[in-house]
Amino acid sequence: MNTWTGRLENPLSTRLRDPGTTGALGILLGAFAAFLAIPPIEARTVTWPILVGIVAATFGVWTVTRGRRRLGWGAVAAGLLGIGLGILATRSSAANLESAFDATLVAQTLGFSTPLVFGAIGGMFSERSGVVNIGLEGMMLMGAFWGVYGADKGGTWIVGLLVAAGVGGLVALVYAFFAIHLRADQIVGGTAINFLAVGITGYFFIQLYNNNPIPNDVSLLPNLHVPGLPANPSNPHGFVDFLGQSIGDLSVLTWAALVLVFVAYLVVFKTPIGLRIRACGEHPRAADTVGINVYAIRYGCVVLSGVLAALGGIYLSEGPQGNGTFIFNMTNGRGFIALAAMIFGNWRPAGAAAAALLFGFSSALALKLQVYSSSAGTLFQILPYVLTLIAVAGVIGRTIAPAADGKPYAKQ
Amino acid sequence: MTDPGPSPSPEEAAQTGTLATRLALKQRAGGIVVPIVTVIFALVMSWIIVAATQHSAHTALVVFKEIFDGSGLNWVFHPSTNTFTSISAYNLSQTLLQTTPLILTGLAVAFAFRCGMFNIGANGQYLVGLMVANWLGVDLAGLNPFLHILLCIVAGTLAAAAFAGIAGVLKATVGAHEVITTIMLNWIAYWTASWLVGVGGPLQNASDPTAPISNQVSPGARLPDFWGKQGFSGLHIGIFLSLAAVVVFWVLLNRTTLGYEVRAVGFNPDAAAYGGINVKKNLIRAMAISGAFAGLAGTLDMLGGAQNYQIGQLDIPFIQVGFIGIAVALLGRTTAVGTLIGALFFGGLLYGSFHGLGSSSVIDPTLASNLTYIVQGLVVLFIGADVLILYVWNSRKRLRRKPPGTAAKGAEAAA
Repeated sequence: MNTWTGRLENPLSTRLRDPGTTGALGILLGAFAAFLAIPPIEARTVTWPILVGIVAATFGVWTVTRGRRRLGWGAVAAGLLGIGLGILATRSSAANLESAFDATLVAQTLGFSTPLVFGAIGGMFSERSGVVNIGLEGMMLMGAFWGVYGADKGGTWIVGLLVAAGVGGLVALVYAFFAIHLRADQIVGGTAINFLAVGITGYFFIQLYNNNPIPNDVSLLPNLHVPGLPANPSNPHGFVDFLGQSIGDLSVLTWAALVLVFVAYLVVFKTPIGLRIRACGEHPRAADTVGINVYAIRYGCVVLSGVLAALGGIYLSEGPQGNGTFIFNMTNGRGFIALAAMIFGNWRPAGAAAAALLFGFSSALALKLQVYSSSAGTLFQILPYVLTLIAVAGVIGRTIAPAADGKPYAKQ
Repeated sequence: MTDPGPSPSPEEAAQTGTLATRLALKQRAGGIVVPIVTVIFALVMSWIIVAATQHSAHTALVVFKEIFDGSGLNWVFHPSTNTFTSISAYNLSQTLLQTTPLILTGLAVAFAFRCGMFNIGANGQYLVGLMVANWLGVDLAGLNPFLHILLCIVAGTLAAAAFAGIAGVLKATVGAHEVITTIMLNWIAYWTASWLVGVGGPLQNASDPTAPISNQVSPGARLPDFWGKQGFSGLHIGIFLSLAAVVVFWVLLNRTTLGYEVRAVGFNPDAAAYGGINVKKNLIRAMAISGAFAGLAGTLDMLGGAQNYQIGQLDIPFIQVGFIGIAVALLGRTTAVGTLIGALFFGGLLYGSFHGLGSSSVIDPTLASNLTYIVQGLVVLFIGADVLILYVWNSRKRLRRKPPGTAAKGAEAAA
């Protein structure tokens, strides 16, 4: 019944009455309740958020009575949270609201999410094949430094991109050798990669640039302009301008991240190679028995994860936020957020991407909320970690890792 | 030379169940060989990096000599020949100051290891201890100094134990992997601390509202210095608490029922459960005790050396001390004495590279701290690959017994 054809044969009404659907709808409505009170809709009365929130909570209660307790209570919580946030928003001044929730929030959310998506998808490949990759943070940092170095010395951002991918893959190869052939503990190995990356990037940044900043004229990752959408409208008004401000001028890597999610989904779930990868992560012995080269698959996946993490890293230094600079330890935990996004997304490309978007949103919002108070934003930075903690605790659904994740495999 | 008995093959050790089993097997198989070979490996590799980037093998050697001198350990080894005895002595006191929290975070990681868990969150637990000690150290000014210090230390330690306990509870009740939960808790602690002392935060200092830095702990709550100038970052009595913690660690683990149960769960949770040991209780307990060690490190640093906390500080103590604890514990093979030695190694490396190269004439001083990270990373990398080291070590023995050529075949058959 879980296949596409099975779902299509199912009458629509049954699917709508499914507690899973109502629960998800409740959560969405809860989010919508809060959304009503902020621009661009910006209802200035509390009525609408409260009404929608109550509907969301009702859906939640209905879902609880139908047996999906966690999802149902999640929807109830979303409804109540929506009401609360809606009331808060209507209380605050319209000017503050408009500066916090404008189209650039969307653009920034996508921007903050980009490195997370790359890291999370990379981590997903590695872990789907059965190798835990705590070293994402380090591989990202390597990509950030060597990418900007390559762009500086090579003269163009394409060289930077290639250098970052190459170095990321190389670091991942070293890690893979330790994790797969030497059967080192994978958490220990990943931790070592993180240390090494901090040391190596810091060391060579000083060595190669004599402690001076990287020159200003380094070639940056270009932005893609969507035709017909003005990126910087002089008097933003209406839907087209809103779209233009939000997605009209995004980095090429942001779009690449979007493509990556689809490709990763197709590769992992719709191709023979994806099946092999998943087999290696679930039951390497069985995979070996049917003739799959477990070591080769794992090496490939770990190296791919390093390449992708490094591409996420280069976005930090060469993207619109980094502007061609490198700062000591500039990833500052983003690799771990990517790891969290992968776990929160339940080791699935779409889930990981959605989680990365959510975490990117919380970072963007943290920045925006500084119009209210500078400390309020800081607390928002905690959101990804708390949500992941809740997710692994199994309060809202349960995350299930690949069965052989983190277990070294020895050929017979 | 007699054969030391049937040692388990490294391949065997790598595959058997829990982390603790692995470590224990390696302990018997490798003794102190692996740590020593690892350190030599790591130092040689970092020497190669320095030699390659400075284009001089000699310079690279001088760099390591300077790190050694900068750590003050030359005062111990050559007390009479050094003309700058007082400087070396000062350096040694600073090295020991760095070592104090490293011993404790090392013990924290080691204790969790012994119960089969990887506490990667010692940094978060350290921060909790740090913040609680700062909060009470500032707020309860005027209390009797002894009571004040005791209260700060106990409260900080317990808070960190509870914080780490979250990971233990999640592991025991829903089976959430402690590596994931402790990483998340690390960053929760980091951002909470940033908020607490940030602009407008509850623990932000009173004098400069634009600076994201906490208040200084009141003079009454400061740990007295016993070596060096009082109040001028001398060595405070916290090191004795650290050394006491080493003894507590050893006694707790090897001479009490609690330690027996913790180790049993670490070796094989199923066997322990079959033997009537409450596995869940022990997982939570071990994680809380682990957090207590790390929290103690935080309180000692706050009441002793640091006295206030600043966000975004790239200072090694605040950002890295818990992570270096992993390297310390692994290098010390999760034993009490080993952890102590490992902490001294990394403490010396940290301060030695900072100070010894801080005034160096042969290498850019700002490279120094990064060299520490590289050595640290290499140590952890090679410690994790002890299978390789032991394999080389054992095949050396095998080669002695058998003519070359058959050794490789023998190894394949064993695998």
